[in-house]
Amino acid sequence: MPAYIAKRLLAAIPVILGLSIIVFLVMKLIPGDPAQALLGSYATPDNVERINRALGLDRSWPEQYVIWIGNLLQGDFGRSYILNRPVLDEVIERFGATLVLAGASLVICSVLGILAGIVSAVRQFGWTDRIVTFFVLIGISMPAFFLGLVFILFFAVQLKVLPASGMYAVYGGGDLPDLLRHLILPAGTLAIVATGVVARLTRAAMLEVLRQDFIRTARAKGLSENKVIYRHAFRAALVSIIPVLGIQAGFVLGGAVYIETVFQWPGLGQMLVKAVSTRDLLLVQGGVLVAATVYVLVNLLADVAQAMLDPRLKA
Amino acid sequence: MKSKWYGLAPLLAATALALVSPVAAQTPPNVLIVGQIAEPASLDPHVSTAANDFRIAVNIYDGLVRNTSGTLEIEPALATDWTISDDGLEYTFNLREGVSFHDGTPFNADAVKFNFDRMLDESHPFADTGPFPLSFFFSSVESVEVVDDLTVKFTLNEPFAPFMSNLASPTGLIVSPAAVEQFGADYGRNPVGTGPFKFEEWQSNTRVVASRNDAYWDGAPALEAAIFRPITDANTRVAEMLSGGIDVLLETPPDNVAQFRDDANYQVVEAVGPHVWYVMLNAKEGPFADVRVRQAVNYAVNKESLVNDVLQGTAEVSAGPIPPAFNWAYNEDVDPYPYDPDKARELLAEAGAEGASVTFLVTEGGSGMLDPVPMGTAIQADLAAVGLDVEIQTYEWNTFLSEVNPGLEGKADMAEMAWMTSDPDTLPFLTLRTAAFPAEGGFNSSYYSNPEVDALLDQARLSTDPEERAELYKQVQAITHEDAPWLFVANWKQNAVVTSAVGDFELQPDFSLVLRDVTKQ
Repeated sequence: MPAYIAKRLLAAIPVILGLSIIVFLVMKLIPGDPAQALLGSYATPDNVERINRALGLDRSWPEQYVIWIGNLLQGDFGRSYILNRPVLDEVIERFGATLVLAGASLVICSVLGILAGIVSAVRQFGWTDRIVTFFVLIGISMPAFFLGLVFILFFAVQLKVLPASGMYAVYGGGDLPDLLRHLILPAGTLAIVATGVVARLTRAAMLEVLRQDFIRTARAKGLSENKVIYRHAFRAALVSIIPVLGIQAGFVLGGAVYIETVFQWPGLGQMLVKAVSTRDLLLVQGGVLVAATVYVLVNLLADVAQAMLDPRLKA
Repeated sequence: MKSKWYGLAPLLAATALALVSPVAAQTPPNVLIVGQIAEPASLDPHVSTAANDFRIAVNIYDGLVRNTSGTLEIEPALATDWTISDDGLEYTFNLREGVSFHDGTPFNADAVKFNFDRMLDESHPFADTGPFPLSFFFSSVESVEVVDDLTVKFTLNEPFAPFMSNLASPTGLIVSPAAVEQFGADYGRNPVGTGPFKFEEWQSNTRVVASRNDAYWDGAPALEAAIFRPITDANTRVAEMLSGGIDVLLETPPDNVAQFRDDANYQVVEAVGPHVWYVMLNAKEGPFADVRVRQAVNYAVNKESLVNDVLQGTAEVSAGPIPPAFNWAYNEDVDPYPYDPDKARELLAEAGAEGASVTFLVTEGGSGMLDPVPMGTAIQADLAAVGLDVEIQTYEWNTFLSEVNPGLEGKADMAEMAWMTSDPDTLPFLTLRTAAFPAEGGFNSSYYSNPEVDALLDQARLSTDPEERAELYKQVQAITHEDAPWLFVANWKQNAVVTSAVGDFELQPDFSLVLRDVTKQ
């Protein structure tokens, strides 16, 4: 297993490196540069040139890229042009917030999705299955940002029971209950679509397993139905559910971009959207790199978990 | 299995109740929570370019001079008085005695010299704490000299009348040299000034806290603290205001203004700003090379409907390149072109331009651009009604600027643009002079050229007599109105919504947010 993990980690390096080149080139190819974004209407050629010189953007592209990678290897992600702050400080802070949001959503969607999927599969074509399927379809088809706005209007503006936005209260607060209170709406919204997907796939996996011989054997042995379903069938189905959860982890990380914007969650997605529009090159590169690395790691984790559950996959 | 769940139920219910207990009375007394449109980029006023950042900075810092509340006229601040030499090249300021920065270091002539040298001299030891994008506001400064501890002299390389307005702009605010030396490039997150509020804390993406400076030279403010909270999404900003999370809502979306106006729990505060929204018309080639066609579009577009329907009354119809916020230099005798499609058709016929096709560059958004896409399509529809075939090309803001700033030649006939400036000189000087064609490094992207306007603008820059300057700008206004280099559209009225607990809240014409007199119950 350690050799497998090491191999996977090594394979991730060219992926991340390639990604860094693509992000760098894309940011270079779209028109407008940080100097222009900083200067706005005042962006005369003279001023733009002066600012580019001050930012080191007057060098050639390869030179800029090599300097960046060189600094990166020494742990220096550079300074954001627009925020005038070390990129790493900003990315770490933002990424922490995203992990809290995405992690909470992942927990919600895993628990709810798996439960709904199992119930649906066990009572296939029954009323429970139909009701679950109905809500799952609504969850999958509803645009999350819209749902987010509806939740804000209902819970924050009308009922005034939950905060409309942010991660902590702006005055006082700052403790765990405060964080949880702020987390309910965004994490719930973000989880809804993912829950639907997990429920659908769990249902399919469970149905597949329930049809197999060893389940019939287990029942024949006289095991209680709960034991058959949760101990035998669900365990077997987990092998195909785990990779889905890995993919969902990537999905909630990506989905966090617009949820963070709607709920003003101070995460990486919100940061990247702004950084792209202000052409904050180093911040975009740093943010994408960290997000990509985590994505690779999460998928690796899912694969390892799957391999541990299913001896056939141990290679 | 089931019994376990039942055991958990009361616990879960109690947790849920605790989490969703009403969040009323969120904002504490005497602390003002301001819903800002974005996270500040930097609280170093020399590094920053955004009105969003300046709204905080003006409360932490003072400049040598400032705008009198509610106007764009200059009054003393850190300088008590000043003299200007007859040739307009030397400005000598007497500084206020006994003022200290929040870090306890004294404010004096050395501090003033440090501030301007850092921005203007690339060999200054702290020049690398920039970049200083707007330092060109002071590019006419040749040298800053310490005459004595409380006297400082600026020598200019040419007479430059807007100098005093620029000193009153946020780029002219005075930072603590000791703090710059201490924090270096991180100074922007550790700001130290002499202003009515002291910087306390900046929690990224959550809040910037500034507390009362009890030793403020102009009297300590009533508020105990001001908290600036970034909420970039306009809908969320409105929701926060309605749910009681903030006391001040800045830049209310036009569609929501009426809702707050009708509600007794809120007050809507408005102020005209030195803002102009216009469409530049390519005078070099195509149909707009003919002045009659340029005048025709000014008659053809229903600007009243634009400001009242599209912008929901958040702007006023503009008459020319100098906004009425510069009341001392504004020409009251120039009226906006009336909506007169018949007159427009007549002028188009005279010029032989009926049915002409033109290209119109529109941006999706951008600083001061209000609602550029709906405004662009409304203009397109009005022009179609008088027989002009307008093709719109839409660009994202940064791309838009890189399309428009190098000039419209060979590309387009019209382009949207908006400016906010601190002096009546800035906009016409950068956009309407012959010497400001893009090739010369200016913003005259539509190639308007009138030697008379050139001469007036040059003269106004040299004059240090405000009355003479005012007269010259009034003439510029009259001539450009007639020449119609632009389709003059709107002057934005900035707005804010405050709760009824907030008192003495006023918006300033320079788009700053001065909180030193504000109260909250």
